[in-house]
Amino acid sequence: MAQFDSTTQYIAVLKEPLWKFARLKRWFQNVSFHLGGVGLMAAQLAREARNRWEMSEIIRQMDALGVQSISIASLTALFTGMVLALQTAYALAQFGGKVFVGRVVVLSICRELGPTLTALMVAARVGSGITAELGTMSVTEQVDAMRALGASPIRKLVLPRVVAVTLMLPILTLLADFLGMVGGLIISVVEVNIGASFYLSTVQQSVHVNDVLHGLFKTPFFGFEIAMIGCYNGLNATGGADGVGRATTIAVVVASIAVLMSDFFLTKLFLVLPLGFQ
Amino acid sequence: MTFSETAVMRFVRAAHPAGAPIIEFKHVSKAYGSKRVLDDVNLKVMRGEVLVILGGSGTGKSVSLRHMNGLEQPDDGEVWVDGVEVSELPEEELVPVRKKIGMLFQSGALFDSMTVFENIAFALREHTTWSEEKIAARVAEVLGFVNLESDVERLLPSSLSGGMKKRVSLARTVALKPEILLYDEPTTGLDPVTSMTINRLIVDLNERLATTSVVVTHDIVSALFVADRIAFLQNARFAFVGTPDEAQNSDVVDLRAFLAAGVSPELTASKGGPP
Repeated sequence: MAQFDSTTQYIAVLKEPLWKFARLKRWFQNVSFHLGGVGLMAAQLAREARNRWEMSEIIRQMDALGVQSISIASLTALFTGMVLALQTAYALAQFGGKVFVGRVVVLSICRELGPTLTALMVAARVGSGITAELGTMSVTEQVDAMRALGASPIRKLVLPRVVAVTLMLPILTLLADFLGMVGGLIISVVEVNIGASFYLSTVQQSVHVNDVLHGLFKTPFFGFEIAMIGCYNGLNATGGADGVGRATTIAVVVASIAVLMSDFFLTKLFLVLPLGFQ
Repeated sequence: MTFSETAVMRFVRAAHPAGAPIIEFKHVSKAYGSKRVLDDVNLKVMRGEVLVILGGSGTGKSVSLRHMNGLEQPDDGEVWVDGVEVSELPEEELVPVRKKIGMLFQSGALFDSMTVFENIAFALREHTTWSEEKIAARVAEVLGFVNLESDVERLLPSSLSGGMKKRVSLARTVALKPEILLYDEPTTGLDPVTSMTINRLIVDLNERLATTSVVVTHDIVSALFVADRIAFLQNARFAFVGTPDEAQNSDVVDLRAFLAAGVSPELTASKGGPP
């Protein structure tokens, strides 16, 4: 990340029009530094992963980052399923296609919206949390103290968080898929006047395990990206509360963009590769 | 435990005669952007001594300290620690060197998500295969070194005062029995009585554990109390290295002014009081 001497200087650059060469150049520099930094940290992580894993810390992080994200992931999925059912019913009513509501809702949720929206919510909650925690540790010299005591911050801090988020995101997504379907069911019964048994039978006929797997297989990649970007920004935070705040904002923005961009490429890849769950 | 430490240190001292440098800077340079912090610096820290690095704010005192345990790497030059050139070692290979060096950070840098016990036990759990009982005994012992009762073990750092944080941090630093202790501004932000307690601890630990200590400070009272030798950093170089007595009579005008200002009666007299 290119560093700025002061917030004023940072804001001055932001105020420049995007098409100005200087700002565009700085933007490319920042993106390159970020990608390079995360890549180097991933290489370090691969080396450190050969050493002893701290299972108790991994389990603690799975609880803090995964289990405690259940409510936010559940609410997002439930209401997405509900609004999707409403909109689909409204759009398909013109063609007499209300009977397809269950199929459209569950397919959309399982293949795309469940994984992506859960990842975005986790990026906001967990990505920011990781950056703020590690950032505060960095600016209060706790990370340096860890290094001075002969311990690796990558192994002690990054590895447990990356493993925890990578493992927990598929579980959260599975829950989100189920609750999205339930949300669609509630609206189908209450608003669209489709019977619950009919809704469920259309879902059963048209949605296959492959559709769920297609969405689910993307989520470990999303989890890895979110945790790595969060950790990288946290460990590189400088300059006190201001620096931690800025690092947190950058982490959430970059993690969200990374999820959306990689979603496209992973979807394309899974559709092309003969993996058996296109 | 104290007996075995003393025996070990007698052996170490016999193997490494006093007067041999345990840390050596050879033509070390370091710059941050356009600001040159260390410029072709040479320095020897002798085994068993307390070396105090003095200098104004922002002159690179802490940076030179952080070079000694590889937290910073020089742009040019070599840093030798106990016969090992550390300036280009990767993090994994620095671990054996760092196990020999304890560092007390300016803020204490206690891990705020861990209790006092877990903070002190951190390095022991990381680098030894000791049982929890043995670790608990060592934690209680090092807390005793810094005059703290074992009932603070269960407290979180947020519930400790500034002086207690420094002492717990010092206990964490010595838990692994390091040969070298690095102190970054150990008395900054503390009241005079607590500062003097920390100063006595520095001297006491240096004698009791037979360590080599490097202290970065701009607290002159503290410097004169603990120092065997003083190094004065000015314009990115060590303008003076010598004993406190030599420092008082040095021909480096800024050092003499620095020392005089630090212990000046004018500063210690109350404002508006008798001259």
